[in-house]
Amino acid sequence: MFGTPLTPRTEREQKRVVLNHLLLHNRPVRLPERTIAFRHTFGLGGMSATLVGLLILTGVLLMFVYEPSPDRAYGSIEALRRNVRFGGLVRNVHYWSANLLVFIMFLHLLRTFFTGAFHGTRQFNWVIGVLLLLVVLAANFTGYLLPWDQLSFWAITIVTGMLGYVPWIGDGLIRLARGGAEIGSATLINFYTFHTTVIPVTIVGLMAFHFWRVRKAGGVVIPYSPDEDPAEKPETVLFVPSLLVREFVTGLVLVAIVMVLAVTFDAGLDAAANPGMSPNPAKAPWYFLGLQELLLHFHPTWAVVILPGLALLGLIAIPYLRYDEPMEGAWFVSETGRSLATAGALAAVALTPVWVLVDEYVADWSGWLPGLSPGLSEGLVPAVVAAGITWAVIRLAGRQYGGNRQETLQAAFAFLATALVILTAVGVWFRGEGMALGWPWTP
Amino acid sequence: MVDRRDERPVPSQDADTSRRSFLSRLWLGLGGLAIAEYVWLMVEFLRPRPDPLEAAGVLVAGPVEQFELDSVTAFPAGRFYLTRLADGGFLAVSRECTHLGCTVPWMADEGRFVCPCHSSAYDIRGDVLSPPAPRALDLHPVRIENGIVKVDTGRTRKRRYFEASQVARV
Ligand code: HEM
Ligand code: FES
Repeated sequence: MFGTPLTPRTEREQKRVVLNHLLLHNRPVRLPERTIAFRHTFGLGGMSATLVGLLILTGVLLMFVYEPSPDRAYGSIEALRRNVRFGGLVRNVHYWSANLLVFIMFLHLLRTFFTGAFHGTRQFNWVIGVLLLLVVLAANFTGYLLPWDQLSFWAITIVTGMLGYVPWIGDGLIRLARGGAEIGSATLINFYTFHTTVIPVTIVGLMAFHFWRVRKAGGVVIPYSPDEDPAEKPETVLFVPSLLVREFVTGLVLVAIVMVLAVTFDAGLDAAANPGMSPNPAKAPWYFLGLQELLLHFHPTWAVVILPGLALLGLIAIPYLRYDEPMEGAWFVSETGRSLATAGALAAVALTPVWVLVDEYVADWSGWLPGLSPGLSEGLVPAVVAAGITWAVIRLAGRQYGGNRQETLQAAFAFLATALVILTAVGVWFRGEGMALGWPWTP
Repeated sequence: MVDRRDERPVPSQDADTSRRSFLSRLWLGLGGLAIAEYVWLMVEFLRPRPDPLEAAGVLVAGPVEQFELDSVTAFPAGRFYLTRLADGGFLAVSRECTHLGCTVPWMADEGRFVCPCHSSAYDIRGDVLSPPAPRALDLHPVRIENGIVKVDTGRTRKRRYFEASQVARV
């Protein structure tokens, strides 16, 4: 009836399944054997796709119950948890899938970067990946407001408040993001519409584009060890069953993990939003806490506009930089690359906390440089100092290990990515009342 | 017999392709235009609608005598505090923290506004006592007519510091 057997037995049937199947027809019939090793990609892209699937399935269910108005939103979540069978569970699955997705996409970005999978035909797919990351962040952010509890209300207040520091157009941006001067019913309905229609459609469209580009590049990068001859034809295996089974198992294990998380850790619901009373401290969602941490160390224009803008531009530019010879395939592309990346990451682990502590307790930029405007003394100067430290780390690592451009870039990337992770961790665990530094275990 | 078709003037290859490429560029352009129109529509729909509070305009706070010297009265509906300074002047101070927009409560015992979110503090005039707040709390214009204090919540004035000229006097 389907034209293809559901349980293909012969090789011929296994090939026909791929060619004729609605979902599989953009996959290859055969592929190089060494690309399917789990530790080559860790299945991170497939995991992201699985999570997007879970998000859509659970999101549709939530839409049956959720009511997007300030008077009813909070109550509808309470009712979902109390009166709807499996309501709390479905909400938890949605919550955990969304948070895991940000985390797994970040790992996927690291994997594609550190296997050098962004050269040649893959250049543009890296850009699509960055777009996907931004859109998924937007999805998480717009979803954060929907429960309309204290946590969500004030997190969205301060993140939209950050827009106010964009020079000249800041006030207009805040009003646009909030649909008015304050967070209210216009904000909620705008966020809801983006969250449930515009963003999911965009994500699915970008994903289709992303997968098509992977196919056009002839699949994922083929891992070669540096002493091998890349011209040699690699051994191939059939997509069905070799890769399909692996993807299926990875997906199932991930779904099981999400279920365990959803049953064990409740997504929680704070007190209903009260615009007259802010909580202490008010924090952005965890994936923006690195940004909020920057705001504690740099002049707002630098923390909100210039530094994140430069980071984003740099990220998009990675495939288009000039490399002596594009290296791709193996993890860290070479032993030198591995040493450089490790050095960069370790340097960030050591230096970022020092920076945070020194800036908090010792540094007084505007006091030391009284003649300068705050934009310079608390923005440009510390930024130049930080850039200088980064540069010194890379130079030192380069002197130690050598390395061509791409290997050196790995040191820089590892340094900055680790610094971001540490700033985020500081924001999540080491900032207490009034955003003062403190230990997570002493309230 | 001669094949008539051969005698017909054929448009040159070049003209043909350039016409075709013109047409396909036209289609592309029209498609782009349609997308741009849709984005424009979306922006129009997202444009902030007038805030009921701002539209309401002037809020009548009450007679002057009702407010003691050196006191702060909250007007939750107007999202501001009416402060009466020790010298009898009035200020309508927005309750929105200038750092990232949290709501600042008045701490009567400390005699200052303290933001719970990241600990900015302001004095009774809204001037910054401690950062991260970058500037003094916003003001709404205050008018005193026939002994009645009125606050124009429809307008918000940003300011860096407190200045004597900001105070409304009887
Ligand atoms: C919704 C989010 C995303 C999904 C569902 C997704 C999915 C995938 C999948 C299934 C693959 C095939 C190989 C693999 O599993 O690693 C892949 C490859 C790739 N992804 Fe993503 N991805 C997402 C986000 C990103 C991001 C954030 C980046 C980086 C900025 C990125 C960059 C790439 C690149 C460059 C490749 C080609 C890798 C190669 O050829 O070896 N993707 N993606
Ligand atoms: S919002 Fe008031 S101190 Fe940050």
